[in-house]
Amino acid sequence: MVLNKQDCQLIAQIQDGLPLTSRPYGEVGRRIGLSEDQVIHRVKALQAAGIIKRMGVVVRHHELGYTANAMVVWDVPDHQVDEVGARLGARDCVTLCYRRPRRLPDWPYNLFCMIHGRRRERVLEYIDQLVITEQLGEVPRKVLFSGRRFKQRGARYQ
Amino acid sequence: MTAYSPLQPNHRPPRTHEKIPLNDLEKRLLNEYQKGLPLSPTPFQDIAEQLGTSEALILQILQRLQDTGVISRVGPVFKPRKIGASTLAAMSIPATELVRVAKIVSDFPEVNHNYEREDIYNLWFVVTAPDSERLQAALTKLEQRTGYPLLDLPMERQYHIDLGFPLWC
Repeated sequence: MVLNKQDCQLIAQIQDGLPLTSRPYGEVGRRIGLSEDQVIHRVKALQAAGIIKRMGVVVRHHELGYTANAMVVWDVPDHQVDEVGARLGARDCVTLCYRRPRRLPDWPYNLFCMIHGRRRERVLEYIDQLVITEQLGEVPRKVLFSGRRFKQRGARYQ
Repeated sequence: MTAYSPLQPNHRPPRTHEKIPLNDLEKRLLNEYQKGLPLSPTPFQDIAEQLGTSEALILQILQRLQDTGVISRVGPVFKPRKIGASTLAAMSIPATELVRVAKIVSDFPEVNHNYEREDIYNLWFVVTAPDSERLQAALTKLEQRTGYPLLDLPMERQYHIDLGFPLWC
């Protein structure tokens, strides 16, 4: 999808959030010279094209006390990694799940997933449950909790 | 020194890292509308009807949650742009050297996230560049400037669908 000038104006208007009023799309339209219907139509088109992943309430989990962040890495046999990845990625508290290459002999792990929680013990309990329900007891794994953040640059669209 | 005034509309309140208590309505609002917002002319009225309350109260709650930093916005989450090349890199750094090396890594414009993890591989960072050639060049320079080898762990496949995450985690 090629973005036209109006799409770029629309993105610029909504990327920091919709106005919290009764008719937010109408309000955004007034600012950039589009009707309410046109704004809704373009937002749907941007979503259908995959440029907008979702419209929703964007929660800052850190502010709610979700400060325990674990990266769990697994050494899954190659012929099972896609199937295990799909199952882990579908679990509610798993926020990221990727396959990455092994770097032998230093790094044997090929599946990475991220789990957030309020407390470290709770995250560890959740991982124990995952291991049982997904039958991963035989799969070598390692849990890496996050520590200091040295740099974090927020992703903006333009 | 000026004190924080809640009357200044453009003044963002200091972010608190204490747990902010939420009532049941607020929890439902956050759990049910992270993944999708009604794309109708009156999304907040629709939400109010679905939750059995008034639009005025929904707007008031969202404004409060935004002002206190619990939510960053009600709006779009963009898909990361596929243009360019990126990777996740890890280094194993002696504890006494970590802050110094982290600073060198953070100073690279190609690095956007850089953080500590509790492991023998204790420094993790994301490197992005316009193409794979320049990504490789940045990785080589990172190794040269820090004096430590890195693990280059590019994403091969993504399995999750990012819909935020519910507050029972």
